[in-house]
Amino acid sequence: MSASVTPGTETPMPAASQQAAAARPALETPKSIQRDRIRLLLRSPLFIAGIIILLFWVIMAIFGPLIAPYNADDTDLLNTLTPPSADHWFGTDQFGRDVFSRVIVGSRDILVVAPLATLLGTVVGTILGLITGYARGITDDIVSRIVDAFLALPLLIIAMLVITALGISNTTVIVVIGLSFGLIVGRTVRAAVLGERDLDYIAAANLRGEKPLYIMFVEILPNVMPPILVETTVRLGYAIFTVASLSFLGLGIQPPSPDWGLSISQNYGLIGGGFWWTVLFYAVAIGSLVIGVNLTAEGVQSVIDA
Amino acid sequence: MGLYRAILYRLMLAVITLWLLSVIVFAGCQILPGDVGRAILGPFADARAVAALNHQLGVDRPLLAQYWSWITGMLRGNMGMSYTYRAPVAPFIGHALVNSLKLAGIAFVLVVPLGILGGVVAALKVNTWIDRTIVIAGLSATVVPEFVSGIVFIMVFSIWLRVFPLTATPPANAGVFTQIYYLLMPSIPLFMILFGYIARMARAGMIEALTSDYTRTAVLKGLSYRQVIWRHVLRNALLPTITVIATQCGYLIGGLVVVETLFNYHGIGSLIFAAAKAKDFPMLAAGILVIGVVYVGANLIADLLYSALNPRISFGGRE
Repeated sequence: MSASVTPGTETPMPAASQQAAAARPALETPKSIQRDRIRLLLRSPLFIAGIIILLFWVIMAIFGPLIAPYNADDTDLLNTLTPPSADHWFGTDQFGRDVFSRVIVGSRDILVVAPLATLLGTVVGTILGLITGYARGITDDIVSRIVDAFLALPLLIIAMLVITALGISNTTVIVVIGLSFGLIVGRTVRAAVLGERDLDYIAAANLRGEKPLYIMFVEILPNVMPPILVETTVRLGYAIFTVASLSFLGLGIQPPSPDWGLSISQNYGLIGGGFWWTVLFYAVAIGSLVIGVNLTAEGVQSVIDA
Repeated sequence: MGLYRAILYRLMLAVITLWLLSVIVFAGCQILPGDVGRAILGPFADARAVAALNHQLGVDRPLLAQYWSWITGMLRGNMGMSYTYRAPVAPFIGHALVNSLKLAGIAFVLVVPLGILGGVVAALKVNTWIDRTIVIAGLSATVVPEFVSGIVFIMVFSIWLRVFPLTATPPANAGVFTQIYYLLMPSIPLFMILFGYIARMARAGMIEALTSDYTRTAVLKGLSYRQVIWRHVLRNALLPTITVIATQCGYLIGGLVVVETLFNYHGIGSLIFAAAKAKDFPMLAAGILVIGVVYVGANLIADLLYSALNPRISFGGRE
């Protein structure tokens, strides 16, 4: 959850970025700061662990069908619900499909939908935050009220409402999660912009007679990139969480995809009969992916805040 | 600014938020689906049947008129008629809300003290292996979706060890302890999600308070460690945690949809989910609005509590 929700943490944000701006000596170019940050990142064990898990699943998502020993959709009605064995490492499901192959190939859809939603949210949120933070006044007040009202509903409920009304599709999922994230990211960006607005370089740009759009996107945007980057990595974790939950509820990724959340919802009736392997491996896959993404986000955040 | 005016100001903001929320929910349930009759009857239904159903449901009236009768009905406690059950919505919502509050209540009673304890311990042992374990475990628990952790718990505790029942719904006329026993396992996924947030905020607040000037003053003036922690640090450190707990209230309700579906429990989450699947828009709208009211209410209380406990914050709208 973004820290700017709490009244207590509303002020430190601008103060911190002001400090950062003040502490930027003339010799340290943005490039050298970036190099320092990357070096710090590579020294953080959390980040390394996270990025390895994340990269593993990205490779599975891209090359999954080449790596998987079986075709994820091939049924084998003579070998249904067989427990894990040398032939089928993770066993087979009720149609005789190889669970190991399905877990590998099942990474694809969620790793397309969730990052696209995050990207949309970042772009919308950045624009929204730049405008509300720079304009302040009545525009800011009105937008902030509407955002508050939206955020009074859990994302999953908003998504459920919109998907029910518009019909289930990956595009709907991406748009509803992306726009909701846009509101949250917008808040963070707005707080960062408020801290930049009164600095001298903005006054200088104003004196030069630059247009507001130029000031927002050319002058302010590069200086608020660090919080945007942190917010994006954190949001990616939430996007995966939400897409998986929606798929579990049957409102997200649709059959015949071997998607993890969807597979769990199709098979969890079977675990009472002892067929645990039809569910457990998908659960482990989701768990490892979200933890990996969040460890990465944690690493990025601690380096940028440092 | 006086205390009463400040309370009034916060109340007014909450009312505006709720009003906007009602517009959003109404738009989602009445405007987004386009033709409600078509949405219910499906793409192959006869156009006259669709028109007749729309007329019967009153959704062929102007939107403003529909909104007016819907919102005034809500304010009077009349939540409309369910399309699915052909009965008033309100009793369903009331019953489900009570069930959900039981489930959420157990999760809350467990997680608030344990989360704060975890955060405080981590802060007191900052940068030791105890701190790192709490932080990483909290982070991992918080980010795993409820249905994933729930499924693993079901496998371990219901099927393998057989110590907890598979469902969250206790037998009829079960006593308080039986009910708690049935709700214990479903509350664990909710507990896991909240634990990380609360521990994290408590830890950050504690670290900030421990390094502050007033703590140094208290130590320098010769107070014992215990006195410094109890009198000076804890009170200041836990203020931000209150806000997080309130914010997470709303989140908790979102999580209920998944947990109640997984454990087959009749609460507000599974009610909304069933209404969404059946395109029962009056039920869906009422359920979502109730969730919004709970969330806004929790935040209002947290806001007031925060201001009342914090000597440095003066109430007011000068933001």
